[in-house]
Amino acid sequence: MLPAATDYYRLLPEILAAVFGTIVMLLEPFLRREHKAALSWLGMLGAAAALGAAVLVRSDAGPAFFHLIQADPFTFFLRLLIYATALLVMLAARAYLDRENLPHGEFYALVLLGSVGMGVMAAAAELVTVFIGLEISSLSTYILASYRREALRANESALKYFLLGSFATAFFLFGVALVYGATGTARLEQVAEGVASVLLLKLGLALVFIGLAFKVASAPFHVWTPDVYEGAPAPVTALLSTAPKAAAFAVLLRIAGTVLPATLLWFWVLWGSAALTMFVGNLAALVQSNVKRMLAYSSIAHAGYILVALAAGTEAAYAAALYYLAAYALMKLGAFTLVAHLAGRGERRLTLEDYAGLARREPVVAATLSLYLLSLLGLPLTAGFLGKFYVFVAGLRAELLGLVVLAAVNTLLGAYYYLRVILYMYFREPDPTYEHAAREPVPAGTGLVLAATAAGTLLLGIFPGHLMRIAELAAASFR
Amino acid sequence: MTLELVLFIVLAAVAIAGALSLILARHPIRSALSLIVVMVALAGLYLLQGADFIAAVQVIVYAGAIMVLFVFVIMLLNAGEEERTSWSRMARYAGLPLAIYLTVQFAWWVADGASALALPAAPAESEPTRRLAQLLFREFVLPFELTAILILVAILGTVVLGRRES
Repeated sequence: MLPAATDYYRLLPEILAAVFGTIVMLLEPFLRREHKAALSWLGMLGAAAALGAAVLVRSDAGPAFFHLIQADPFTFFLRLLIYATALLVMLAARAYLDRENLPHGEFYALVLLGSVGMGVMAAAAELVTVFIGLEISSLSTYILASYRREALRANESALKYFLLGSFATAFFLFGVALVYGATGTARLEQVAEGVASVLLLKLGLALVFIGLAFKVASAPFHVWTPDVYEGAPAPVTALLSTAPKAAAFAVLLRIAGTVLPATLLWFWVLWGSAALTMFVGNLAALVQSNVKRMLAYSSIAHAGYILVALAAGTEAAYAAALYYLAAYALMKLGAFTLVAHLAGRGERRLTLEDYAGLARREPVVAATLSLYLLSLLGLPLTAGFLGKFYVFVAGLRAELLGLVVLAAVNTLLGAYYYLRVILYMYFREPDPTYEHAAREPVPAGTGLVLAATAAGTLLLGIFPGHLMRIAELAAASFR
Repeated sequence: MTLELVLFIVLAAVAIAGALSLILARHPIRSALSLIVVMVALAGLYLLQGADFIAAVQVIVYAGAIMVLFVFVIMLLNAGEEERTSWSRMARYAGLPLAIYLTVQFAWWVADGASALALPAAPAESEPTRRLAQLLFREFVLPFELTAILILVAILGTVVLGRRES
């Protein structure tokens, strides 16, 4: 009983990403200093290869490695999301790393190897495998968060992230041990079958939820988020708020979708956590004057909307959650990339005052940022609107009127702080004593990322059909 | 009372005492040394369950290698005694009762749940090590290999964090 060729084939995207990550790492010392930035091409090639492999493997759905891995449509959807995110982050990071004078090679290697962990989390159908994937993903993000070593604030936030993250992992692992003790298996499909002790299973599932809730930054396990998102280099923040979060949501979705006791047990937990997360994120975002920190709180709030879909627990709701994850990734990637560009060397210009009158100075940049913000707010014709729409409809169909009303109230709360940034950009004159940064042209890579995410935000907002079909197929794989 | 039960109680008591001392000690070196006591006591418990390989690994890897690393790091950082701040005092008054409550509640739940467990009888074959190897290198070969990537990421991390300031 050894793994066969199909087993490796169904894991091809992760294998390719790992191979390219390793090659980037091994090549780095042999390149001269001025050539190291070229490694970004190799890194992006790796992510593109993984994307291609994901599409290739799509037609051959099924389990692999003795049912530890499921290469189903659900995995396909998340692989697309994760590797596309990795690709865009590497594209945007090149100019940033040059500007901040940070080493290139390790960055791309860590992004690629980290995405292997996230891909494994998305594909894993067994909790020990999930755990290893989670650790790979977490470890690489801990390191990436502390990438600006000379920035004190970044160091402090990275240390917090590391300590709290390890703590959360311990919760997750303890939960896995209890689930195994209660059922004699860690394979999700079999967990519900041989339950010897319901109490232990519930306890284990509760601890597993806590561990994952930390990773998706849902209240009350969100405390690390604002500090880490603010302190990490902006392209890393873009990564943190999208791919690892999507991977952790993938695990939550897979458990909620396949393990019936979890679906039942988690209902009120998800309900409460969703409501709390939305309010905590939106209320705290109202009073932020630092745009990066405000976006961090906004991403907490968005985790809350996705939790609403999880609480609804129907197939349509899972599809809505997946669609939301993709739409959210587009706008957050774009917004954080733009913030990284506007912040200037050393990320010094992050406050609302720095954005005053931006529309006059850089009309295109201001318009693009407005698009992301309006999409985050949920204005029609943007991806964010349809994401919220699908989630709310799924919530109403599942008779979660109360929670959907709370989500709608929160959308209105969010309008205040998103529109405030737009107001500053278009209608507020900067303080005459304020010293403007020399206007920097948008670097090519950054521009490409902005174009791709802005186009994606609009396209998904106007023609959602295609992606929604893939999401529906994905959600149907738990049946 | 069988000998096995006596041994279990003694080892469990040692492990708990070590864990308490680990948390309560103010000097990190003391905490690290208490952790060794916990690890060795756990190894004894594994041995009692007939898992001799796991017990040996526990002693070699945890009580040996990992503890040496801990002690090295503590010495290298020259970490002194913990400082008490007003916040940490608050943790004592608010956190301690909560911790005790959670421990008792948890123990209660686990004990309650465990009584309902119908664990499969230990396999008759006398080679748990062989079974472990088969699980590790066949059924669970994927997570086993994935840990290689995990270690690679960790190594990359030390390179990134340890590089010279430019």
